[in-house]
Amino acid sequence: MRLEPVARPSFWRNTVPPAIAIGATVVVASLLAMVAGGDPLLVLGLIIKGAFGSKFALLETLNRATPLIFTGLAVAVAFRARLWNIGAEAQLYAGALMTVVLGTGLLPWSGFALLPVMVIAAMLAGALVLLVPALLKVRFGVDEVVTTLLFNFIFLLFVSMLLEGPLKDPMGMGWPKSEPLIAEARLPRIVDGLRLHWGFGLALIAAGVIWVIERRTTLGYEMRAVGLNREAAGFAGIPVNRVLIKTALLSGGLAALAGFSEVAGLKGNLTLDLSPGFGYTGIIVAMLALLNPLAVVAAALFVAGIFVGADSMSRAVGVPSYLADIMLATALLLMVVAILLTRFRVVRE
Amino acid sequence: MDFFDILLSASFWTAAIRIASPLIFATLGELICERAGVLNLGIEGIMVAGAFAGWMAVYSGTGLWTGVAVAMAVGMLFGLVHSLLTVPFGLSQHVVGLGVTLLATSLTYYAYRLALPEVTSPPKIEAFQPFEIPLLSEIPLIGPALFAQTPLTYLAFILVGVVALVLYRTPLGLALRAAGENPAAVAAQGLSVTAIRMGAVMVGSGLMAVGGAFLTMSAFDSFFFEMVNGRGWICIALVVFGAWKPGKALLGAILFAAFDALQIRIQQTPLGADIPYQVFLMMPYFLSILALIVMSRRAEVPAALMVPFNKGER
Amino acid sequence: MTDNGAARLVLRLDGITKRFGKLVANDAISLSLHEGEVIALLGENGAGKTTLMNILFGQYTADEGTVEVFGRTLPPGNPRAALDAGVGMVHQHFTLADNMTVLENVTLGTQSLLALSLDRAAARDKLARLSADFGLQVHLDARVGSLTVGERQRVEILKALYRDARILILDEPTAVLTPQETEDLFATLRKAVRLGLSVVFISHKLHEVMAISDRVLILRHGKLVAERPIAEVDKEKLAALMVGTEVNAPHVQPGCPGAVLMQLDAVTTPDRGNAPGLRSVSLALRAGQITGLAGVSGNGQGALADLIGGLISPETGRMELHGAHPDGWSPRAAVRSGIARIPEDRHRTGTIAGFDLTENAILETYAQPPYSRSGWMNWARAERFTRQIIDTYDVRCPGPGTRIGLLSGGNMQKLILGRVLEAAPRIILANQPVRGLDIGAVNYVHGQLLAARDRGAAVLLISEDLDEIMALSDVIHVISEGRLSPGFARGAKSPAELGVWMAGQGFDALEALEQETTDAS
Repeated sequence: MRLEPVARPSFWRNTVPPAIAIGATVVVASLLAMVAGGDPLLVLGLIIKGAFGSKFALLETLNRATPLIFTGLAVAVAFRARLWNIGAEAQLYAGALMTVVLGTGLLPWSGFALLPVMVIAAMLAGALVLLVPALLKVRFGVDEVVTTLLFNFIFLLFVSMLLEGPLKDPMGMGWPKSEPLIAEARLPRIVDGLRLHWGFGLALIAAGVIWVIERRTTLGYEMRAVGLNREAAGFAGIPVNRVLIKTALLSGGLAALAGFSEVAGLKGNLTLDLSPGFGYTGIIVAMLALLNPLAVVAAALFVAGIFVGADSMSRAVGVPSYLADIMLATALLLMVVAILLTRFRVVRE
Repeated sequence: MDFFDILLSASFWTAAIRIASPLIFATLGELICERAGVLNLGIEGIMVAGAFAGWMAVYSGTGLWTGVAVAMAVGMLFGLVHSLLTVPFGLSQHVVGLGVTLLATSLTYYAYRLALPEVTSPPKIEAFQPFEIPLLSEIPLIGPALFAQTPLTYLAFILVGVVALVLYRTPLGLALRAAGENPAAVAAQGLSVTAIRMGAVMVGSGLMAVGGAFLTMSAFDSFFFEMVNGRGWICIALVVFGAWKPGKALLGAILFAAFDALQIRIQQTPLGADIPYQVFLMMPYFLSILALIVMSRRAEVPAALMVPFNKGER
Repeated sequence: MTDNGAARLVLRLDGITKRFGKLVANDAISLSLHEGEVIALLGENGAGKTTLMNILFGQYTADEGTVEVFGRTLPPGNPRAALDAGVGMVHQHFTLADNMTVLENVTLGTQSLLALSLDRAAARDKLARLSADFGLQVHLDARVGSLTVGERQRVEILKALYRDARILILDEPTAVLTPQETEDLFATLRKAVRLGLSVVFISHKLHEVMAISDRVLILRHGKLVAERPIAEVDKEKLAALMVGTEVNAPHVQPGCPGAVLMQLDAVTTPDRGNAPGLRSVSLALRAGQITGLAGVSGNGQGALADLIGGLISPETGRMELHGAHPDGWSPRAAVRSGIARIPEDRHRTGTIAGFDLTENAILETYAQPPYSRSGWMNWARAERFTRQIIDTYDVRCPGPGTRIGLLSGGNMQKLILGRVLEAAPRIILANQPVRGLDIGAVNYVHGQLLAARDRGAAVLLISEDLDEIMALSDVIHVISEGRLSPGFARGAKSPAELGVWMAGQGFDALEALEQETTDAS
């Protein structure tokens, strides 16, 4: 077989393969639910209900989507320039770390002064964490996939070390967790009485800003050129390495905001289970969104919905909630095939 | 205990070889994939799946070697998924590899929860036992390290030789290396690049899974979440460190494992007590990154690594 | 061997049709080849020659038609069957693994993949015999990456002979050779024919077709338009048949050389991989003059192009631009100092396939007004510029928003021409500017280069095609192993004389002479 590019894809070519991919994902999930002894329709219904079926569920989904928007944006920005940042998890923790360092009383300021400083400091911390692999790539040609992956392990151990050492909460009954943030360092809720904090608002703003950067600025143009054809970009005079470094700083900063928003908006302190893999899930979010920053918001809501829904379903019928992870991995793999088929047709030689 | 006492103790080298064994399997697997031109980032997840599959098979009553075969088969299945998407479809090996890792890991955890819904601590199996090779195991220091290991460790060492022989001394190995250097050369000689690459990824994935199974069937006797813990990523670094050659990769794996065994022992010395244990746990990862930096300048990367082959290009 | 009535039929293509989407690459083509015969397949780029041979070789499947070798129909889409039936193909882009030895490349795929060992000794014996029989000397244990282009082609031919090929297909085999190497190749082919092999020779070079073939078949737009014994045609007839209309190559008047705009003085650049860098190269590019750089590919052309294009800087020696030494040499500096760069590979370095025409048109100038100001893009201005290029340079496309990867090579090259020529550059670096284009596009590009020269630009034309260099250049330098020959005025040297320099021989004499002068002084 051979793949032949399609010059102008028809409406059907653009829509049918992704629809089949989603359909196939549902089929896989149903089969697995049946293996677990669940009624597939009931299981899928419970997932949807658990994600979007009530005000409480919806707010839970929005809360869960918030860090995923940030990590999804981080991955989308990096992948756009073909910088393989698989280390959003480490950058997230860097942001969270900076948040608790500054937010537990070190800076006794009002919220108006403190929160912007925390945002900037968190972004810097995340940017620095990705700067190291990016420099290794640019200077020595070391593949950033492996280094960013390994940094995830290193950084989590580093956080663990701090939480059992200098950052340990003396009132924490021996648990490795940080002191709680002071009230001024907490992100306020968007609407009083509703459990949704301004981290979500910040995420939406970030998505918009990234969209504008990609479409309207020279940096966005450079990032896209470097991602599509590094050789041609370099020949034309685009400073490829500098663009990669800038991309890394932006991407790391975005991922760090996930950590900031989780600590300052939701948890109030830092523990080692702050992120159940938000950094890795960000890859799925970004890919499902085809790296489009605005679509990242929708993809994050979808992914968060599946997680929240699967948790609630699992409590009700006892099908393991790992079903959510399987659905997302399946959707990711099928979707990349589907996207390929919207642009190419398979022909015999 | 003094630093040199550690290096001269048989138990240290025995541990090092044991730690190296799963890395050898998985590194060989990754090496086969990359020599054929395919980066397999599914390695971490495939090791998890292999660890579970082999252990579960034995727990359900099969023999140990059947368990190894089951793990291998499961690995090959994920290798099939990976290679189907990356070879004929030519999709991004980064994205597909990570997708396979996520899929294999989540399917494993799902299966574990289904198989053992109620348990708080996972059951144990009768794992591979050390088998002392007569006479050889009595050589001081290297005897216990090399000749009093479990059969799976012996298999790992034998496989290094087998893979090297196949790569450099058989028509199959020649074709596989050529597929990683210039697939057009393979196609022009009437061979199928698709078949060679898919075959390499499947066999390689099978070995990765056996590497995972070593953890549950030889190093330990039970399955835990997070038990692979980045070993797959380390193996990718080891392939680079070994300059894509089986012998050097073996050396790298042993060096790495010796370092790992050393840091565990230093943790227990008075010197180690003053340093947070996390620092020691970070060392293997730092070491891997260091290896990548050192080798980056002179490594001979297969020229067509990560380059999909599309016959349709005109 | 024009009278082949008695000779055995070895190959027959019958009604081969192949479509790529809407494009009909081959339209009901039939041909036959006899034992001991050389046929030439002549046609422009894109006429369908390579597609036809890929079908014969089983790399493509024909939509219609059959391939018969020695009376037996080949199964479609199976290179293995073609090889086993005795068809050997020497591809235009060599299919060799650079990191492996000659022996490994030749024996690849010749034994069962299940065989337990490589039979190296037998292979060496057979190759020694073939080398002697056909006059193909190569060192079997050399890494292919370290061989010259000519040697690599010998490996490709050995590969086919090693598999006992009876029919040799050579796709544009002379494109990369010096005139002398071409003669050697022809000698090998004549030996092969004497030994009863048959040859299909694909080319667009008329004099070579006349020199080697018994019969010529002409393809145009996918159709077989003529078939003639070589005795009945001449070059003019062939040219007319190949293009179908009158060939209107631009008429070349000699240029009027002006001031030196760019000067290299004993410049050396580092080697890269197997390709040499520059070895003490001195060169002056003058306004109103086309300087041609002839040479076999991989002899330092890349280094010179990269140097002038801003991608590398001299290791030693001096570079002067408009009379001054440029500091901070980079692609962007090159563009800003008025150098127009037409890159060797328009797909890999010239354009970004996933970008539309507008995004490609401003690739070199996006960072300056009017296309951007303080980091913000002005897409309206960029699009206006692109429309201007599309109109002025006759780029055939649906509009500026089209992805450039969907354009034909000729239209892509026109966009690149527009991108660099619209700024009225003083210096033009044209690296293989017409490679792979059809004659219409070739003439267009050449016309633009000549017009730019007549406006006073200094043009450096790099090409592997000696005919192109000789037709356009006011002064010709030959590059070999990174060394540059003295400049030869238009018409001062014959192709054979230039070929001596291309093979690196003139330099030795020159160096000996220089040595003598130094010794004497």
